Amino acid sequence: MTSTPMPAPTPGTPVAPAGQAPADSGLQAGNLIQPGTRTGETMIAIDNVSKWYGEFQVLTNCTTSVAKGEVVVVCGPSGSGKSTLIKTVNALEPFQKGQITVAGTKVLDKSTNLPKLRSRVGMVFQHFELFPHLSITDNLTIAQRKVLGRGAEDARKRGLDLLARVGLSAHAHKFPGQLSGGQQQRVAIARALAMNPVVMLFDEPTSALDPEMVGEVLDVMVELAKEGMTMMVVTHEMGFARKVADRVIFMDRGEIVEDAHKDDFFGKPRSERAQTFLSKILQH
Amino acid sequence: MLANFDFSVITSNLPYLFFDGMRFTLGLTAMAAGMGIVLGTLIAMARLSGVPGLKHVAKVYVELMRSLPLVLVIFWFYFLVPYIGAYVTGSPNPIQVGAFPSALITFTLFEAAYFSEIMRAGIQSIPKGQTAAASALGMNYWQSMVNVVLPQAFRNMLPLLLTQTIVLFQDTSLVYVLSLTDFLGAASKVAQRDGRLVEMYLFAAVVYFAVCFTASFLVRRLQARVAIIR
Repeated sequence: MTSTPMPAPTPGTPVAPAGQAPADSGLQAGNLIQPGTRTGETMIAIDNVSKWYGEFQVLTNCTTSVAKGEVVVVCGPSGSGKSTLIKTVNALEPFQKGQITVAGTKVLDKSTNLPKLRSRVGMVFQHFELFPHLSITDNLTIAQRKVLGRGAEDARKRGLDLLARVGLSAHAHKFPGQLSGGQQQRVAIARALAMNPVVMLFDEPTSALDPEMVGEVLDVMVELAKEGMTMMVVTHEMGFARKVADRVIFMDRGEIVEDAHKDDFFGKPRSERAQTFLSKILQH
Repeated sequence: MLANFDFSVITSNLPYLFFDGMRFTLGLTAMAAGMGIVLGTLIAMARLSGVPGLKHVAKVYVELMRSLPLVLVIFWFYFLVPYIGAYVTGSPNPIQVGAFPSALITFTLFEAAYFSEIMRAGIQSIPKGQTAAASALGMNYWQSMVNVVLPQAFRNMLPLLLTQTIVLFQDTSLVYVLSLTDFLGAASKVAQRDGRLVEMYLFAAVVYFAVCFTASFLVRRLQARVAIIR
């Protein structure tokens, strides 16, 4: 892995000498979760990213960054491009212009080994996307074994450790269809963590859940944030944002309209669009 | 009318009918179905690959096979493959393939076209989120296919694959054009040798019906059981 010069830091973002992520950070099998120290080292740098679906532009010159150990919440009205933006970080969504650098690796680069990059970026989806034909244990171990080449016993041990952490040890032998939505999402988080990711991406992790299950998933995420995991979270859960976010990014019509410290954002958003959005979402 | 029938012709020839004829039929069916499903899956993946050349070759192949009568394809392979083999190896004489390998290759290639359509539907039935999750975990195309997509697609399509295999079981009787002796061929030989056409063809029909009906029944039972809980 090469260390690359970082794009200019966004105003208001604590960015220090960048791109110094060690090649195998977070891949040590020992610690469950990357110890988070907010050193200011940049984990994700999104630089001037634009994306089109044919003629339609879904992302317009998006620039931001996420420092190591930082929790950044991305919010905005539906169709604002927030899910698309988070999916460009591990290149599940390709983009045409700009560059994204994750732990020193450029996403939009022909020489980049995308599967390898993705294996170090955990992602949690709106609809969980557990593999329905595999037991919970197999869901937790398959990528460890096939992608990271871990032995069956190591993978199993780590998978079950994480399953215990999300409080679901009793369900190891079951299949995803036998669990509730909230339980499935917790398994999905454990599955992502099993890969020792250097950063976790959450794409609306609670919006497909029944209200009474939102809490159990958010609890796991809060716990993770407290341990110092670097997180980028697309969510409408403003309570979560207030509690654990360092920064809030507000998007509208494919643009990053506001990128501010949590207190500034909730205190007094600068843009009118963010004010309107907040007044709508916080009414209830 | 039944008084004129002599059913002893059946009982006295049972070993020949089943140990020679039926064993051949089942063997050919199983081998052609197994290889056809593997090849069909690869063709389905090629069609869905989005790779321009590959995608089109697969499509043309499937369309061609599905537009030709099976008997024609059997003849075509039997008579042409030796010459193609000779051309490829540069041999001056046609390569002797033999009736059985020729039949096996033909059925495999022919059925692969039908199996590929089933597997294509199966692969397309897997939600995009599943492949996204596999990619997000760092799996490459083959890892995602082998570990996530194909097991689910195969399971969803198992009833259809087996139903197609039942059709193949009946179609294998066409090997008579290559003078191979399957179950129907064996019955036919006995019938003509002993002059008991009605009895033997009646018996053959009953056996085909019994096998296929039972198999279809089991497939329906299986269908209810393999459905993946989502």
